[in-house]
Amino acid sequence: MDFLPAAAPIVRLIEELNKLPGVGSKTAQRLAYHLIRTSTEDAEALAQAIADIKQQVVFCARCQNITDVDPCAICADARRDQTKVCVVEQPLDILALERTRSYNGLYHVLHGAISPIDGVGPGDLKVQELVERLQNHGVEELILATNPSLQGEATATYVQRQIAGLGLKITRLARGLPSGADLEYADDVTLTRALEGRQEFT
Amino acid sequence: MDQSRFFKSEAIVLKYFPLGEADRVVTLYTPGEGKVRAVARGVRKVKSRLGGHLEPLTRVRVLIVKGKSLDVVSQAETLTSNIALRGDPWRTACGLYLAELVDGFTSENLGNPPVYQLLRQVLETVGRTDDPDRALRRFELQLLRLVGYAPELHHCVECLADLAPASHSFSAAAGGILCPSCRGSDPLGRSLSLNALKVLRLFSSSDLQTAERVRLAPELTLELEHTIRYYLCYLLERELKSTAFLDLLRREREAGERRSGKSEAGVSSRSR
Ligand SMILES: [Zn+2]
Ligand SMILES: [Zn+2]
Repeated sequence: MDFLPAAAPIVRLIEELNKLPGVGSKTAQRLAYHLIRTSTEDAEALAQAIADIKQQVVFCARCQNITDVDPCAICADARRDQTKVCVVEQPLDILALERTRSYNGLYHVLHGAISPIDGVGPGDLKVQELVERLQNHGVEELILATNPSLQGEATATYVQRQIAGLGLKITRLARGLPSGADLEYADDVTLTRALEGRQEFT
Repeated sequence: MDQSRFFKSEAIVLKYFPLGEADRVVTLYTPGEGKVRAVARGVRKVKSRLGGHLEPLTRVRVLIVKGKSLDVVSQAETLTSNIALRGDPWRTACGLYLAELVDGFTSENLGNPPVYQLLRQVLETVGRTDDPDRALRRFELQLLRLVGYAPELHHCVECLADLAPASHSFSAAAGGILCPSCRGSDPLGRSLSLNALKVLRLFSSSDLQTAERVRLAPELTLELEHTIRYYLCYLLERELKSTAFLDLLRREREAGERRSGKSEAGVSSRSR
């Protein structure tokens, strides 16, 4: 039996699936064999959807968010406050902030955080695009909304230093205790930041 | 409950990577067991009790449950937060570089308490000093010694002759200094000034206070950094990942100093 050549397409599929984040070789194998059993229509729909995101999804030239129209719906919305830009790590962070309905300004997506141990530096993020954007448009306030992690904070400080000369108001999301949390379980950094960000009680 | 399935230790968080929806695999360095990899469940959720304690470069007390395939962090409590290393990209970069070195040069299930103490001490230093270069170089050399890769700095590794006070060559492949007549035996060796050799010797054995009192001219600082990095990369058989960001920050800082017209005043090299 000519077994190995017949298996070659499966091997290739497993290798491709294995490249996806969070997919180990076991999971890749399971997914591949699942796809073999899937109907042709479903498999083709998946293949088409993957092909479409490469052809039809682009980065918004202003905010770098993932979009199918450029500029994206948020950047194109004249009712939004054009003087505020909120800097986030990931497109999903915009969804979280939009859900609050508490923010009406614009965004800028860095597409990651500085992560030296993974070899990710500022050059791999949309930092230069941000600096250029801020030089040209009527932005007055920049809100740094990177994650409150070691790398998120390093990213925020790095961005802040790059734009320090532009004379913008730079703010940062308050970092503190999540609602419903127990004080006794909070780590020292969170407690310190919560103390630093305390507000007058009226 | 079976006590042997629990492992309680002090540890320094080296790194983590995401797992599934809300978990992370955390790499810890412990004094008694060396590197330990364990899953921390739910730590990417805002309300996680563990998450804030398991950020890189935090010194923690952990309780780990040993599983069949995976170990799981059951409790974590901060002993020293990484707050001094946060908010300043240069300090963060130095801290993560040190973590990358420990990650690269140590193994799981192999305790080496002096390495732990060395890392703990240097992280505290990076958190308080504005000029961590000497602490970093001393750390690199002493880490190499503790894991068995100390370079030979007193005799020529080829002819075993005592080294004359002159410039020599550092050979990563031979693991030390080649004298002028033997330097041809490793064409990839890097030339090494006498001052740099003296500082390498001093930092290999000195305590931190002594190392921090040594004044290094900018060229000597760079020569030491590049020589040791060449040796580290040779031993690891790869480039270090976190050095690119360190180098970028150094270039930006030097460009900023040039712009503001600040000159390196009165820096000279002095060593034993
Ligand atoms: Zn946009
Ligand atoms: Zn010799």
